[in-house]
Amino acid sequence: MLKAINVDLQSDAALQVDISDALSERDKVKFTVHTKSSLPNFKQNEFSVVRQHEEFIWLHDSFVENEDYAGYIIPPAPPRPDFDASREKLQKLGEGEGSMTKEEFTKMKQELEAEYLAIFKKTVAMHEVFLCRVAAHPILRKDLNFHVFLEYNQDLSVRGKNKKEKLEDFFKNMVKSADGVIVSGVKDVDDFFEHERTFLLEYHNRVKDASAKSDRMTRSHKSAADDYNRIGSSLYALGTQDSTDICKFFLKVSELFDKTRKIEARVSADEDLKLSDLLKYYLRESQAAKDLLYRRSRSLVDYENANKALDKARAKNKDVLQAETSQQLCCQKFEKISESAKQELIDFKTRRVAAFRKNLVELAELELKHAKGNLQLLQNCLAVLNGDT
Amino acid sequence: MSAPVIFDRSREEIEEEANGDVFDIEIGVSDPEKVGDGMNAYMAYRVTTKTSLSMFSKSEFSVKRRFSDFLGLHSKLASKYLHVGYIVPPAPEKSIVGMTKVKVGKEDSSSTEFVEKRRAALERYLQRTVKHPTLLQDPDLRQFLESSELPRAVNTQALSGAGILRMVNKAADAVNKMTIKMNESDAWFEEKQQQFENLDQQLRKLHASVEALVCHRKELSANTAAFAKSAAMLGNSEDHTALSRALSQLAEVEEKIDQLHQEQAFADFYMFSELLSDYIRLIAAVKGVFDHRMKCWQKWEDAQITLLKKRETEAKMMVANKPDKIQQAKNEIREWEAKVQQGERDFEQISKTIRKEVGRFEKQRVKDFKTVIIKYLESLVQTQQQLIKYWEAFLPEAKAIA
Repeated sequence: MLKAINVDLQSDAALQVDISDALSERDKVKFTVHTKSSLPNFKQNEFSVVRQHEEFIWLHDSFVENEDYAGYIIPPAPPRPDFDASREKLQKLGEGEGSMTKEEFTKMKQELEAEYLAIFKKTVAMHEVFLCRVAAHPILRKDLNFHVFLEYNQDLSVRGKNKKEKLEDFFKNMVKSADGVIVSGVKDVDDFFEHERTFLLEYHNRVKDASAKSDRMTRSHKSAADDYNRIGSSLYALGTQDSTDICKFFLKVSELFDKTRKIEARVSADEDLKLSDLLKYYLRESQAAKDLLYRRSRSLVDYENANKALDKARAKNKDVLQAETSQQLCCQKFEKISESAKQELIDFKTRRVAAFRKNLVELAELELKHAKGNLQLLQNCLAVLNGDT
Repeated sequence: MSAPVIFDRSREEIEEEANGDVFDIEIGVSDPEKVGDGMNAYMAYRVTTKTSLSMFSKSEFSVKRRFSDFLGLHSKLASKYLHVGYIVPPAPEKSIVGMTKVKVGKEDSSSTEFVEKRRAALERYLQRTVKHPTLLQDPDLRQFLESSELPRAVNTQALSGAGILRMVNKAADAVNKMTIKMNESDAWFEEKQQQFENLDQQLRKLHASVEALVCHRKELSANTAAFAKSAAMLGNSEDHTALSRALSQLAEVEEKIDQLHQEQAFADFYMFSELLSDYIRLIAAVKGVFDHRMKCWQKWEDAQITLLKKRETEAKMMVANKPDKIQQAKNEIREWEAKVQQGERDFEQISKTIRKEVGRFEKQRVKDFKTVIIKYLESLVQTQQQLIKYWEAFLPEAKAIA
């Protein structure tokens, strides 16, 4: 069940989206996006298209650039599928084939293939969560680009950004962060938003740190599991070569290490899924929430500037009507953003708490399951070994 | 030099007990204490013996010994027993780096670890040595265990366990380079040598993997501790009360798990890793003993060749009719006949001793591995039981997030 791995989402009959299939080719991954909908906007009730990562990014960016959506938390874009590390490992394994026994090679190959598969499943899940978040959002689900994304069964031809565009982005971000400095210095009259700003700034940094540390922890766990693999192989070799009656002993312990290693690898994978991925996701979501606050602050600044301009115009009695219209527009925009932002941030908290609860409970349950499994293996093995001696 | 063959009653007694696996002597090495200052400082260890064997004057006694004393003991035992086929357990390795840190007074965790590692190694070394029925009889060993004062062992550089092994390896190389192939009449020896060669290779491989495990486990411990702190910080900034509490509890669980990892790494090393490194060095001693047998054979062979030459000389002298030279030749023949006989006796003796030693060694090896590995698995059991406790306590906290 890949659906909603990190986030508890309510999907309804009106619009259901999932990724029903995926294909990993040399450089790219092809996702089959499957839609079921009773909405009149679509030609059919059920249909599928094939999309690549760049097309998801295009959709995400179109939301970000749309002024009408300034008051919403834009669901964070899924990260680029990255099989480089895994591919490199598989290649290294192929090169080192001559230096290890056939059993070792087969074992390691199986392991690396499992790793590749896990990364693949993860990237599918992350792309799916993005689509589900959009589909669950009362406003975004109606977006035209979204419908095109879901339905248009040709290539959307959204090539990756060229150099000029990338530079433009870079400058946009620079201005944004400079603005961010100015804007965040302004204390908000609204207690709710003031609290949210303080909270989000700190939370974002801490979730970033926790995510990095969790990553390192799960990687060490995996390294230790890999060592169990090699120990098992060595014990097996000892068991088959020894001339004394200890060979049965070695073979049994070798078997134990092989089995316990599988469990340890699962522990690492589950920690990665339930903890590291959860934290990474909320790193991206909290950034999206920060972006919303930024947009609101910008519109506040625009509103305040429009007020000043209106006062000036009235004082000079020049272009007053124009200034009044402009001020009214800014006021409306600011109030609209504030209203939806408040609801978005409340929803963000609800989603966050639900997601953490689900994942922490599942983490604890899985850790218990694996520890009990390990314990059983060890106790069984000891019973056999002690009975023998 | 020949092996001290003292077949007194207590020796037979002990050998019988050895076969029945009852050995009433226990050695402990404890209380490392730094003596002196600066580069002349050294660590003194307490060596405690508990025994009911009649050859000792008391049933429980202890002395203070320093590392070079252990090396001195080993060098004495090695020089007496190795070349006649006894597998003398090697002493722990010297370590200039490790010891310097201790001398210089670095009171950090790495020097404490080093001292503990050495203490444990010295204890295992003595335990193995006293388990050997012949070595237990040795007066030097008894003096080591009992005497309050011991003459300082000098030149321990050359006499360190590593030094002896280097000598043994050099001898092995020399033997391998011999062009005269030994006519191995006894397939048992060839078979055993091959087996020990294989065992050596496998143990080294296993040891490398276990060392990697120790390293990764320590890394995991450090990373878990770092994550625990980070999770605590995250819990602090989380503004939903119940979730904040759960995250703090997660941090506490991870901190406890970090402790577990540290303890497990300790067990990984002291039980599993050190067992393997001890046996890698023991097998080097076994190989050395086999090589001594080859040298012994060579000596016998050389004596036979020389005897032949002497007989040829005698024949030549008889033909040349030189009476005084004939007498000399006859004397030399008698001398070399005796040497040939001695050579044969020595070779048979060393072969016999080695067979017995290898039998004893293999029995001990099986016992050691079984005991230690079972103990190690029990440490793994403990870790899992603790993990279960911690996660079972956390689960309701996670469920309480509302």
